[in-house]
Order: sequence, then C-alpha cells, then structure tokens
Amino acid sequence: MAKRSAPEVNAGSMADIAFLLLIFFLVTTTIETDSGLNRKLPPMEDVVDPPVIKERNIFTVVVNKNNDLLVEEKPMEISELRAAAVAFLDNGGGKGKDACDFCQGARDTSSSDNPDKAVISLKNDRETDYKVYIAVQNELVAAYNELRNREFARLYPSAGLSFVEADSKYSDPRTSSSEKEALKPKIDAIKKLLPQKLSEAEPSKTN
Amino acid sequence: MSKFKKKKGGELPAISTASLPDIVFMLLFFFMVATVMRDSTLMVANTLPAADQVQKLDKKDRVMYIYAGKPSDRYQEKFGTQAKIQLNDKFATVQDVGAFVLAERASKRQELQNVLTTALKVDGETNMGLITDIKQELRKVNALKINYTTRSGDYTQNLK
Repeated sequence: MAKRSAPEVNAGSMADIAFLLLIFFLVTTTIETDSGLNRKLPPMEDVVDPPVIKERNIFTVVVNKNNDLLVEEKPMEISELRAAAVAFLDNGGGKGKDACDFCQGARDTSSSDNPDKAVISLKNDRETDYKVYIAVQNELVAAYNELRNREFARLYPSAGLSFVEADSKYSDPRTSSSEKEALKPKIDAIKKLLPQKLSEAEPSKTN
Repeated sequence: MSKFKKKKGGELPAISTASLPDIVFMLLFFFMVATVMRDSTLMVANTLPAADQVQKLDKKDRVMYIYAGKPSDRYQEKFGTQAKIQLNDKFATVQDVGAFVLAERASKRQELQNVLTTALKVDGETNMGLITDIKQELRKVNALKINYTTRSGDYTQNLK
C-alpha cells in the first residue's frame, strides 16, 4: 500500500492571528505603574494621655478655604514652605540630652530642639482644594527628604546614592535580598535620626 | 562553455517571511506579560494633582483603589456636579467606604490582608472635606496605609 504523506497545514494565517492578538494587548496595556505620596493614618483609638509637646517644637501649617497658607501664624507662599520647614527641622536649638549634633540650622532657642522632637502640624479647611493640599504635603515631604539625603550622604558617603534612591531601591521587588540586608540598617538609621512626624489635625466634630 | 554562467534574470529573491510569526509572537508575549487590565471604568473626572516626592505604589494585588471627583459629563445629568466617590464601577457615599474596604480585604489572600494600601485617586479640584471624611472612614476600619496617587510633575502645576 502506498504510504500517503500527511497534507501540510497551511500556516500562512498564523501571522494574522498573532497580529490580531498583539493589537488587542497593545491597546489594553497600561505599562506605567502608579506612584504617589505614601502616608500613614493614625489609629482611631483615643489617646488617653496625649504627650506634651513644647510649643517651639511644633511647626503649624494651616491652609484655609481660599488655598492660602498660614505658617507659624504668618502668611506664606507655598514656594517658601520647603525652606521654612527645613530651617525648622534643622534648627537644633536643644541643649543637654536634646542637643542635636548634626544640625546645621540657626540654633534658635525659639524653634525646634531636635529633628526627632520636631513635629509638623498640618491643618486644612473642608473647602481647601485637594491639589493645594497635595502641593503642601509634597513640599513638607521634600523638606524631610532634603535633610535625609544630606545626612545619608554624610554618614554613608561610600553608598553612592541618595536616601531617596536607596529607599526606592529597598522597596523595589527586583532588588536582591542581600542588597536589601545591606540597605536596611542605613535606611533605618536615617529614619530614626530624622523621623517624619507629620501630624494632621483631627477634623473638628462641629461643622 | 564557460563555468561562470550569468544568472538568469537580475531580480532579487523574495525575502522569506517565515520568521514573521515568530517575531510577532515574541511581541505578543511581551505585551501579554506586561499588560495590566483596567478593572474599573472611570465615572468621575480624574485629573490627578502633581507631586515630585513620590514613591512607587506597591504591587497591584496589594492595593485597593478609591476614586473621587466630579461625575463625568454623561453622568452629570443624573448625579449632579458635586464631587462623588466611586468604588468598583459604582457611585458610593462616604458610609460605603468602610464596607468596601472590609470586602476588599476579605477577598485578598490571608498573608496580604495586613499589608494592603488604599490608593486615593482623587481629582485635583475636589474639596478636602470629602477626603477628610474618607480618611476618617478608613481609620474606623483600620486601613491606615494610604497613598495619594499623583502624577509626577512639579507642585506649581497645582496652583494654577
């Protein structure tokens, strides 16, 4: 019996099918990952005994309903906020056990003692625009990042990257665990030196 | 008789397209892997404010999204122009946020339930009152890690 050869399947349309799928996925793809300002909300429970914070260690920022800024009871433009926050955090006016040995600020006794005592208090009106609020948050985070970068460069000059880069490298899932091990103590040390104490006022109950 | 015969005709041989499907498949697989499907359609205006001190958001499976803003044009007739919250393809009130978070949390794997982040995708023109209310609701259900999702850009763009 003659052996019949199997007829060859025509694969010419394979490219068309693949193109169709390709175009579908091209259209539905959103490659960019979201990014934003990470924040942590305080837990709900009522603090029975709120710690006493000295007035000079609090940096008050108020945004009113017309999106105007009031910083330490004085009106201010948002463009000046970053420098003002840096000056406040970096003041280092404390003495004795509150003394700050790395601060480069004015050491003004009416401003903050030590970056780890300094608290930034942010209060906004219900009618403040969200985008202005984000701008203010952004500037305050920028002030912290500026100082953290400076201290990171001073303490770990061999690292070859800034604090912000180190932090994003640490949270990147592609970084190997050995690199993470090496970065973690450095990042924690900086965070301990300059903790982000950004407190937001509780919404008032009557309005 | 010469050994070096002139080739018949000067035309170029056709380029083989046999590897075309392979190339296309390669691209296809790349896009299949890189694709993240949008899981909800936006029903609110969503021009995110700009910020430059941003951190990347966690992996998608650890994030729940809350949208807020003015209803988009085709919903304005029905829902008005006041800023509203959108949860999973539906308009919602502030009171629904807590239930939504709990439902989302329950739908995730056990080991992820404690590391969830709530991404607030809020339109820049929204009043802070709504966001304060959302944040209070989130605190009630102990969803404390939040992320104000922004686009990257200079903060001065927000002040115009």
